[in-house]
Amino acid sequence: MTTAEEHKSNGIKKDLAIYVCLLILAGLQFVIAYQNISASQMLTRMLAVAFIEAGLAALFFMHLWAEKRGFLLFVAIFTIAVLLGMQYGWTDSSRMVVGTPYSSTNK
Amino acid sequence: MSEADLTMEGHSTGLTVGPAFSIPTKKLAMWLFIIADTMTFAACLVAYGFLRNGSLDWPRPFHSITNVALMTFVLLSSSLTMLFGLRSARAGDKAGAFRWTMLTAALGIVFALLHIREWLELIDQGMTLFKNPWGTGLFGASFFSITGLHLTHVTCGVIALIVVGVRYKGGRYNADDIEVLGLYWHFVDLVWMFVVPLVYLLNLGH
Repeated sequence: MTTAEEHKSNGIKKDLAIYVCLLILAGLQFVIAYQNISASQMLTRMLAVAFIEAGLAALFFMHLWAEKRGFLLFVAIFTIAVLLGMQYGWTDSSRMVVGTPYSSTNK
Repeated sequence: MSEADLTMEGHSTGLTVGPAFSIPTKKLAMWLFIIADTMTFAACLVAYGFLRNGSLDWPRPFHSITNVALMTFVLLSSSLTMLFGLRSARAGDKAGAFRWTMLTAALGIVFALLHIREWLELIDQGMTLFKNPWGTGLFGASFFSITGLHLTHVTCGVIALIVVGVRYKGGRYNADDIEVLGLYWHFVDLVWMFVVPLVYLLNLGH
């Protein structure tokens, strides 16, 4: 086997390994959905698995891991910062159910 | 500005600008699109979560996970075939790259058909954009808009896969174009990893 063929074969093995990991993680989300836990716990666990899946897909399927570290940091920091910025209104969504300002529910 | 404009008497002025992060322009443009599209989907999912958290009678209409599990399997497998297509293209195997790309497109079509079948079942049960028999009418609007946006991405991806695959086979496109399209296809897969738990699994009626 030539070096190029070996390289291709190793690459395919890595792709298959990541694919199997993603299938297992996706299956894990379905298992979590049938656990007898609270909705918030379920959401936390499912999102944790989803972020691991997304990380694997971005790093290896989209080859972000093979890019320059500066680019990886650019994508990660920019995306995470904006995603975190979107989370400011959750307390207000609870207020919709309670029907009062959030601060007064804690008095 | 041309290279000649940046040099004086054959000596570099040090002003020559290479592509940002040493990434080919097409690939960088696709990454920037993906980052922007991530924000779009994230905004939709956060708005969905906001509405779900704020509604007392949020419906849980899903009783079987078979269809969504099958859709997930098909989409994940299409990512793998896309990778094989890229590897074949990089190795100069044009026929192989074309075959894998078309297989990816076929899996995308299967995914879309499964998705449409599910939509039709829900519509048959009385769900529309503004009302449903189970609870708040906001559910239909958020469900159809999020899954519809994703389905639009899949449909555009399938068209792009066919166009790029055919043009690659004809010699008009090269392996770099397959790679750029692959980034888009993997992104569509990545988004689905968040849509499934948030929109489907959290709304299972046990």
